[in-house]
Amino acid sequence: MAAGPMKMRATLVGGNTEVRVLMTHPMETGQRKDPTGKLVPMHFIQQVLVKVNGKVAIDSQVSQGVSRNPVFTFRLRGGAKGDRIEVSWVDNQGESNRTEAAIA
Amino acid sequence: MNKVRRLLLQGAGAVAAGLLAPLSALAAAWNKDAFGAKSAPDALKALGASDAAPSREVVIEAPEIAENGAVVPIEVTSGVRGTTALMVLVDHNPFPLIARFDFAAGALPFVKLNVKMGETSNVRAIAEAGGRHYAATKEIKVTIGGCGG
Repeated sequence: MAAGPMKMRATLVGGNTEVRVLMTHPMETGQRKDPTGKLVPMHFIQQVLVKVNGKVAIDSQVSQGVSRNPVFTFRLRGGAKGDRIEVSWVDNQGESNRTEAAIA
Repeated sequence: MNKVRRLLLQGAGAVAAGLLAPLSALAAAWNKDAFGAKSAPDALKALGASDAAPSREVVIEAPEIAENGAVVPIEVTSGVRGTTALMVLVDHNPFPLIARFDFAAGALPFVKLNVKMGETSNVRAIAEAGGRHYAATKEIKVTIGGCGG
């Protein structure tokens, strides 16, 4: 399965910003076998970057132990309606994706 | 004709590499040793967090029983002043280290994510603050494992 779309929502909660982001990714551990009994090669997101108005706020390193189609919730100090939140990821096979949204 | 095509392809490759470079330059290198460790103590050692001492300021919110080990929701909050990183480990997984989050000034030391658990295990959350480490542990029972298949 190839990497698919991302979904993100950034909302103000009690003066801080809550970012919920969904990534479409198989997160293969390298231990699962396909129906013919062959091991499915490792394929998982390794890095997730969260940026606010272009500045890095959270830099994450991730393993194959994160569930398929990862969903992360992050919290950012303060924030204002219209601030640009960007989340991007890179996996162990060099694939990447990014999404952007304004705080609602 | 072929030469021109090759040159064009090389040019395209160089442009693509140039576009990708800034992202990888910003991100910290993936900690191969820590993620490749097969026990939680080895992973903590590779993270430089062997000194982690239990702290009530680090809180793990997770179900006590997870019916589906493939998707176990875990929420970690650190109340330790000056927390700059959070790490999540599942002791009994083949590779215990799940993730490490580094927070810049604008981020709060909180994260929620779904992890895979092969079997019942302790889950550890480690907070890093001022070069010291603070730990929380919680046992989660798993009825159906989420690894392999």
